[in-house]
Amino acid sequence: MITASHNSFVFLGDFMATIFGINLFALSGQLLVGLINGSFYALLSLGLAIIFGLLKIINFAQGAMYMLGAFFAWMALNYMGINYWAALILVPIAIGIIAILIERFLVRPIANEDHLYSLLLTFGIALVLQGMFTHIYGSSGLPYQIPAELKGGTKLPFMYLPNYRAWIIVSSLIVCGSTWWVIEKTKLGAYLRAGTENPQLMQGFGINVPLITTLTFGFGVALAGFAGVLAAPVYSVSPEMGSNILIVVFAIVVIGGMGSIGGAILTGLLMGVVEGLTKFFYPEASTTVIFLFMVIVLLIKPAGLFGKEA
Amino acid sequence: MKIMKKTVLAAAMSLAAATGAQAAGVSDDVVKIGVLADMGGVYADICGTGCVTAVEMAVEDFGGTVLGKPIEIVSADDQNKPDVGSAKVRQWIEDEKVDAVNGLVASSVTGAVTKVLTDAKKIALISTSASHAFTTKACSPYNVHWTYNVAALANGTVKPMVDAGKKKWFFITADYAFGHALEGIASKVIETSGGEVVGKVRAPLGTTDFSSYVLQAQASGADVVGLANAGADFVNALKTSAEFGLTETADVAGLLVFTHNAKALDPAIAAGMKATTGFYWDMDDQTREWSARFKERHGSIPAMGQAGAYSMTMHYLNAIKAAGTDDSDAVMKQMKQTKPNDFFARNAYLRNDGRMVHDMLLVSIKDAASRKSDDDIYNIEATIPGDVAFNPMLPACDFK
Repeated sequence: MITASHNSFVFLGDFMATIFGINLFALSGQLLVGLINGSFYALLSLGLAIIFGLLKIINFAQGAMYMLGAFFAWMALNYMGINYWAALILVPIAIGIIAILIERFLVRPIANEDHLYSLLLTFGIALVLQGMFTHIYGSSGLPYQIPAELKGGTKLPFMYLPNYRAWIIVSSLIVCGSTWWVIEKTKLGAYLRAGTENPQLMQGFGINVPLITTLTFGFGVALAGFAGVLAAPVYSVSPEMGSNILIVVFAIVVIGGMGSIGGAILTGLLMGVVEGLTKFFYPEASTTVIFLFMVIVLLIKPAGLFGKEA
Repeated sequence: MKIMKKTVLAAAMSLAAATGAQAAGVSDDVVKIGVLADMGGVYADICGTGCVTAVEMAVEDFGGTVLGKPIEIVSADDQNKPDVGSAKVRQWIEDEKVDAVNGLVASSVTGAVTKVLTDAKKIALISTSASHAFTTKACSPYNVHWTYNVAALANGTVKPMVDAGKKKWFFITADYAFGHALEGIASKVIETSGGEVVGKVRAPLGTTDFSSYVLQAQASGADVVGLANAGADFVNALKTSAEFGLTETADVAGLLVFTHNAKALDPAIAAGMKATTGFYWDMDDQTREWSARFKERHGSIPAMGQAGAYSMTMHYLNAIKAAGTDDSDAVMKQMKQTKPNDFFARNAYLRNDGRMVHDMLLVSIKDAASRKSDDDIYNIEATIPGDVAFNPMLPACDFK
């Protein structure tokens, strides 16, 4: 009996060592790459949350716009010689303008109909864009290099962190953080929120509500374009890239609470980490874990983690 | 007992001869070939409309008619879904009197479709699927598997590396039928050659971010990280491996690399990587001549499955002509008797299990400096004789 318990004690000791020794290092690496992925999720879900939260439009074309962002970056480089850094500014603007045109001429005419109409419309736009790019550029993807300034990496105690991945986290946090701050903490943000809460009243105060709506839609979609440029050097630039990520991002918005700006950002990062850990412990479930999480959250807190109860 | 067996055999043979005689000529006064492939999804580039073009070219080069009857082509998109593919093929057989189905890409779809075809005694001309199941555990007297299979990939790419001293392997595997088959057969090759598999991860199809798996591969201390995936999964996995410095500390081996995917890779990352392929457009004058014609019509260089689709169609039509009928049994017999020999099929023969055994190529991806054009992707390192590359025939699949 004594020997047996002694053995199990030693076993437990070994177990702890692996937890606090090698495994902890491996785990830190996984947490970090999860966070990097979460940065993309945060950017994309933030865009969706803004568009839904402020305009009540379910934009299914967000994934296609992300794809478009990556393709525009590639086209800018190969057809016009515009480098990565310029593309990072110009492409989101171009995507924003396209979004504004879509809002003005396609979405607005059905703005007063059921949400389902805008959902179907944007879904259709996504399919058309994806089909168009598959037709022109094929489905194999296009190469895009990491900009020279961000090549190489840093040796951390637990992993090799490529500089570009560090840049993804930093830039995405800056963009997400400042967007949240503008919407939640500034006068412009207050107009925005008020304009969508009570358009007639705001119009009465002399605020141009339709203009605000259009610009908000443009900005929300531009975020996806930004994420697309950010993704071009690390993921395959292919027509499928948007549809692969879109459903996950929608799940994240639902988990965070439809329309909650801060919730979308935090949940995006959190789900990146959850998915990263699943890839480490049980990779087969990595594509399902977020949906499992969504089911649990909806059962316990139907309005989402950060959503306000209706 | 012996006598009885002989009698049964004789009876069966005379029955076969009788049905053969009955079926002489072309059924329904038309030879109809269906081309089933993923036309707009992830695998569209490696077969898709290019396979349709290749089959069209074969029919035109053949003269448009066989035994005085017209040859027609129908095509459809299987969307990589087995149910969509098998429903389409069933409809083709019943309503359109299709005699053979060409194309066939995702192994899951091909698995479903070959069952339907075998039930109806129609021929499957498999151009792009990778799994070796169609000539082993799911073999059928009506399956023809032409371009390559997972066994050829493992023998071609993996074995030379293990023999050269790269003993410890880690796999990043696509988590579905094809990936499992490729990983399984490559592991066997590694173990029989004296190497070991130190770890593996199964990544779901369509994974965007491989960094987690790359870290795990790095931690395993493997000499070689084998990518048992294809298409965008392969491209993403390799890109990430280079980014995280895995390519500096270990060899990364792509087990299934299509020219179109190799083209999508930055030469700075991919240069020097070896791969096994069933065909490369720039091998010699014959391949260049056909590929130039293909490119003029289709807009891009042929993938191996597209070249295979042409070669296989030609062989099929020649067999109908020689047999004097489009009856599946007679045509299969004829196809196995005559050796295919064209720009694609070198030192080739169609084995009784339906496996087309031919020379495979070991290639390496060129660096940017030595590329003369956008299509100049591979150096041909070696020719792998078909009998070395492909898995041996199972006795149970010896369909005479």
